[in-house]
Amino acid sequence: MARRAPSVLFGGATTALASAVLVIVSAIAVVLTIDALPSIRRFGLEFWSGTVWDPVTQDFGALPFIWGTLYSSCLAIILAAPIALGSAVFIAEFAPPWLGQPLVFLIELLAAIPSIVYGLWGIFVLVPDIRRLELALPDALRQSPFFSGPPLGLGLLSAALLLAIMVIPFTASVAREVLRAVPLAQREAAYALGATPFEAVRAALHYARSGIAGAVMLGLGRALGETMAVAMVIGNTPKISLSIVQPQYTMAAVIANEFTEAAQPLYLSALVEIGLVLFAVTLVINALSRLLIWSMTR
Amino acid sequence: MTLGRGRRAVSAAFVVACAAAVVLAVVPLVLVLGFVVGRGVQALNADFFTRLPQPVGEAGGGMANAILGTLTLATLAAAMAVPIGVGTGLYLSEHSGRPFASLVRFAADTLNGVPSIVIGVFAYAVAVLPFQRFSALAGGFALGVMMIPIVARTTEELLLLVPESLREGALALGATRGRAMLGVVLPAALPGVVTAVVLALARVAGETAPLLFTSFNNRFFATSLTEPTSSLTVQVFTYAISPYEDWHRQAWAGALVLIVMVFGCSLLARLTTRRLERMHRGG
Repeated sequence: MARRAPSVLFGGATTALASAVLVIVSAIAVVLTIDALPSIRRFGLEFWSGTVWDPVTQDFGALPFIWGTLYSSCLAIILAAPIALGSAVFIAEFAPPWLGQPLVFLIELLAAIPSIVYGLWGIFVLVPDIRRLELALPDALRQSPFFSGPPLGLGLLSAALLLAIMVIPFTASVAREVLRAVPLAQREAAYALGATPFEAVRAALHYARSGIAGAVMLGLGRALGETMAVAMVIGNTPKISLSIVQPQYTMAAVIANEFTEAAQPLYLSALVEIGLVLFAVTLVINALSRLLIWSMTR
Repeated sequence: MTLGRGRRAVSAAFVVACAAAVVLAVVPLVLVLGFVVGRGVQALNADFFTRLPQPVGEAGGGMANAILGTLTLATLAAAMAVPIGVGTGLYLSEHSGRPFASLVRFAADTLNGVPSIVIGVFAYAVAVLPFQRFSALAGGFALGVMMIPIVARTTEELLLLVPESLREGALALGATRGRAMLGVVLPAALPGVVTAVVLALARVAGETAPLLFTSFNNRFFATSLTEPTSSLTVQVFTYAISPYEDWHRQAWAGALVLIVMVFGCSLLARLTTRRLERMHRGG
């Protein structure tokens, strides 16, 4: 009997520690909801349609931040997805091992660079380059709503580019895993039927489509929540605009910039409510993409 | 066979496009690293590691307090995340089929995907607001929360690498499940677990967003864990968005130190994992 005691203790301890993870996730949801209540009660649904963000008059509407977040993230994904998937296909299907291994390592390094370092590079290297690019835009293009506004460099385009760079390694490595989970027989069958490498890969991609969609969504989740790099290059102006050269603002960036300045309880609560929604949205996106990937690789 | 030639041309173009995608993906690494190393090395000197920041307008000074702060925060984070993370990893590998294990695994993956700024807001509500002060403890708590899922999932994966025969051998000799785990399987996986911790540390040490309003910043050395504490990342951020030329130089130096730390840890972890895999797969 005495010998069993440590075993029971071990089982109990690991179960308790594992439960801690559940407790933390639930605690985040509960704590954020409680702290967001004053703002939820005060503004209700208007919080999400309001376009004015004025701490002085205590009037808070979050639509510009939602717009900026969605616009920058979607643009980033449109830029990142083809590059990420292309490199995943190259590494998984075409590269010989002596080339594939180092490439995997390089992409891992890209994922390991801290967001603040991307931000620093963004401010001092990318933004001035983008400004030069914007100055060189032909006038005809500058008339269009997508490119109107003064060429500042700081703005949606810089943020989307930086986000794309940061998302590529995540999406690429998940997509590579997904492709590796496609049975070899799939490709062999395609080749046996006389398929070219492109056609064989197309068949593999079709087989893996749910996992590939999951990989892209996982990247989207990352982009939506990315904070520092975006806050440093997007210009931090809560204004809804189609123009990609104009400064805008994101949900994560406004929390990072204004949280310590929020002296009034309602101001703080409004920021927490933005955080709560960011939490909920990334939760749903992550859950969905995990489900998609899991259905492929299990 | 003109059709065949057309198909082959399409295929070749596709392979080239994929190769081009790889180049496009890796170019930013070269650009970012090039600038960080190039500008960082110019600004890096012994003062950077030993001196405190100078007041605005005075040149020189360093980030000694921020380096110490980052080490403090990482230690606090590890103290919180290692027991919980490793314990969870043990549980997951031991009971991988149970519904509760699936739930925990899902929660860990969810936590891993929560934006770091949201973790910061949570840590502010739990560890700053009740005490009415920014502190190293609050910052360490925020980083610890981020570390837990990484340690847990990596530990689980590495424990699964340990051959089943080891566990079976222990059980056959009459060991209980707990004893087999703690006495045989965990020691075999220990280098792997250390790797998981190092990898997680590398990731959280580079975090800025969760520290902005938990450990905040401090121009001097923090004298206790209940004081605001500076960190490399927050200091780099503060300097980067400042209007001062000299601070910009220091920000590059800080970024270089940060990158060396993070890459060093990643490289170490990778080498250990490789060795571990080769050991257990008998390669």
